[in-house]
Amino acid sequence: MNIYQRLTLVCLTTLLTNACQPDPHDTGGAGLVYCVEGSPESFNPQLVTSGTTIDAISQHLYDRLLDINAQTGELLPGLATGWLVSNDGLSYRFQLRENVVFHHTEYFKPSRTLNADDVVFTFNRILLPEHPFHQTATEYPYFDSMEWRQLVAEVKAISPYEVEFRLNKPDSSFLSTLATDFAAVLSAEYGAKLQAENKLPDLDHLPVGTGPFLFRHYQKDVLIRYFRHPQHWRQGSNLQQLVIDIVPDSTKRVAKLLTHECDVAPIPRLAELELLSKRQDFVVDVQTSMNVGYWAFNTQKPPLNNVKVRQALALAVNKQNILQAVYFGQAEQADSLLPPNSWAYQKPQLTEAYNPEKAKVLLAEAGFAKGFSLDIWAMPVQRLYNPNALKMAELMQADLAQIGVKARIVSYEWNTFRRKLTQAEHDSVLIGWSADNADPDNFLRPLLSCAAAVSGSNRANWCDEHFDNLLQQAVNTADLNERRAFYLQAQQYQAQQMPLMPIAHSKRFQVRSSNVSGVAINPYGGVNFAMAGKH
Amino acid sequence: MILHYLFRRLFLLAFVFVALTIFAFSLSYLFPGDVLSNFTGLRNISPADEVMLTRQLGLDQNYLQQYLLFVQRLLQGDWALSFSSQQNVLTEMLQVMPATLELAAYALFLSLLVGIPLGIVAAVRKDKWLDKVISTLALIGFSVPIFWWALLLIMVFSLSLGWLPTSGRLGVLYEIPTVTGFMLPDILLSEQSYRQQAFIDAIRHMLLPSVVLATYPTTVMIRFTRDSMLDVLEQNYIKTARAKGLTRLQVLYTHGLRNALLPVTRQVGLQFSTLITLAMITEVIFSWPGIGRWLIDSIYQRNFPAIQGGVLLVSSLVILVNMLTEIMHTLFNPLARKF
Repeated sequence: MNIYQRLTLVCLTTLLTNACQPDPHDTGGAGLVYCVEGSPESFNPQLVTSGTTIDAISQHLYDRLLDINAQTGELLPGLATGWLVSNDGLSYRFQLRENVVFHHTEYFKPSRTLNADDVVFTFNRILLPEHPFHQTATEYPYFDSMEWRQLVAEVKAISPYEVEFRLNKPDSSFLSTLATDFAAVLSAEYGAKLQAENKLPDLDHLPVGTGPFLFRHYQKDVLIRYFRHPQHWRQGSNLQQLVIDIVPDSTKRVAKLLTHECDVAPIPRLAELELLSKRQDFVVDVQTSMNVGYWAFNTQKPPLNNVKVRQALALAVNKQNILQAVYFGQAEQADSLLPPNSWAYQKPQLTEAYNPEKAKVLLAEAGFAKGFSLDIWAMPVQRLYNPNALKMAELMQADLAQIGVKARIVSYEWNTFRRKLTQAEHDSVLIGWSADNADPDNFLRPLLSCAAAVSGSNRANWCDEHFDNLLQQAVNTADLNERRAFYLQAQQYQAQQMPLMPIAHSKRFQVRSSNVSGVAINPYGGVNFAMAGKH
Repeated sequence: MILHYLFRRLFLLAFVFVALTIFAFSLSYLFPGDVLSNFTGLRNISPADEVMLTRQLGLDQNYLQQYLLFVQRLLQGDWALSFSSQQNVLTEMLQVMPATLELAAYALFLSLLVGIPLGIVAAVRKDKWLDKVISTLALIGFSVPIFWWALLLIMVFSLSLGWLPTSGRLGVLYEIPTVTGFMLPDILLSEQSYRQQAFIDAIRHMLLPSVVLATYPTTVMIRFTRDSMLDVLEQNYIKTARAKGLTRLQVLYTHGLRNALLPVTRQVGLQFSTLITLAMITEVIFSWPGIGRWLIDSIYQRNFPAIQGGVLLVSSLVILVNMLTEIMHTLFNPLARKF
């Protein structure tokens, strides 16, 4: 072999080895940056409810048995290719997709694809106290609020690709529950590995899922780095990496958008929208979202335990004014807890427009002709459903003064605020709710049922047997028209009893650079980058 | 003689450190909340753990014993845990410290690079228009509030012109493994194919923060170099050198500079504490992940162990640097040796 042949050989080998083994961690610096307002609390959606966390983790890392069509609210196959509901509504069977590959990461190398064991492992964690991972979390807030443990009797594998959920009572919102971002499917094999290594908490910190992106790195309050999951069953995105950049300050977020350090960002501050919508290099996406901002009265405290007082207060507030000043016109006035795009929505006939005169009459009938004083708790943080609770409280203070009610505005630091709310120390509070799925049950039950009054998400502390019955009857039937009738009754009853006053359904905004496409904002949950691309 | 001097300095240093640790120690008592939590950084301590920890930390003994145990833990690196992350505060600070030091180093370098020549020029051209321009600029730079100046630069160079990024040390799409904690060396040590782009990107990121942070020390350097140069130029040996027929440049270089810069080296050390304070503000504005931002976040979060650790580490660093520059100054400058 002469020197040239040798050289060629060396060159060829180098070329071949290089070509055959591209470094999977080398992204070439390409990818998409999504700027969010806060760090996630966990990397497991089972354990959280905050929208910030869900946005940052669930759609990227995990898949669910079912998905929701963002436009129609209809259920689509996810990890389950088909499902069968028994006639009595007590058994749900899911046929699982085959060859679904779990994430291959530095801390876990899966040896098998998804099967029924993974689904059983995932949902039994919430259900069974003896499950090895059940105790590693103190609560499963979403599943607790929908009483998962009372609802589900058993989750079992029928065959390697078939799973059955047995319920204790029929629940027509059950499929919607499984389609929420919280019902992410985990890996049983990873669970077993962590158990063997005695590193149980890692299940929620170092995630392994089947979603379009896999976990690479997380630095608290700085960023989350995801790489593309190359073997995702639904090949869509060709993004090499997705970086979630944590920018708590909304002004800074806008600045980063302007310098194109962020490709996509949610914008809760509506005042900034105008600036961005004028520029050519940005697109503003709007989505009427499934949320509601409301004013809840603590119905356990006098004089708010009196229906007439509550009705009077609701009549005295000028909602139109609030929509303009707080939401900058970017929200719809709420007449019911349900947003108008929900299938069970109906404008309750009892709601009346702003009418301080009638409010005075009602107050006088209730024996408070001279008025009384009242605390309004305004939450200290910005949320989509209420971008500025303090300003809202100030407007309401002025309105209430018209009917002789002296309002005092109270606010605490957010954690303290929530703790004190759960202890029901408030008279009334300005807060809101974002739905997790398209089902109307997801609005009414967590906000106003007796169970929610115990678990704490019912800020009105309102426990009414008639209302609870209506909700129960609605989920007991599978007939959509019957269900709708029950929900209409429930909405009417709520509007008449007025445990809380719905104020607005805010629209959800997102700004993206015009070279980014395929980003879906889902009215029921997290942002999805599975189909995103950047040109 | 020199040894005696060094010994005296070291003794003073030790004394300052004792005072500092006593202050840090007392913070655990002065902060609101549970003393045991403040000392350990643990939250929701169970009664069984409480008994054990109380014994371990010596909280059942007198203050002196407690203090000695506290210092012992400090020296062993066994610092309290941060409330928010439940990690050792020292480990956490050592992770963010390099970013601050890097920023401070670039700013200091920039201020020397710009400040000293401008100061010399101003001194040589005393009372001419160039001197007036430089002195005016220095006065403006000295008086400008740094946060306003930073925002102004962001407005112009990032938002309007779109040339430079507004925050961070590096574009988030580049993933550079941490080896030294300093960004530029780390990029050069990494094996990523985008090393070169990342390097340029890192420089673009550091440009604005460095300029902002360098502004104040530069103006101080200008004024100080100018004054010290003017002093030196008045000296007889300069006049002698001129009279001997050396050119102005020769005189300036061989006789003026060395003597004029001696007090300036001392300024570098004295500026360090101001630099760290200003770095905190700069870090917050530019989201620079350094110790300043970390400390200010800790204050917002009422993260007492972190505040305690941060105060201890940052002030130790400032004292140490001050002491070192003073020693160096003494060694270089025979006139300052008052042994």
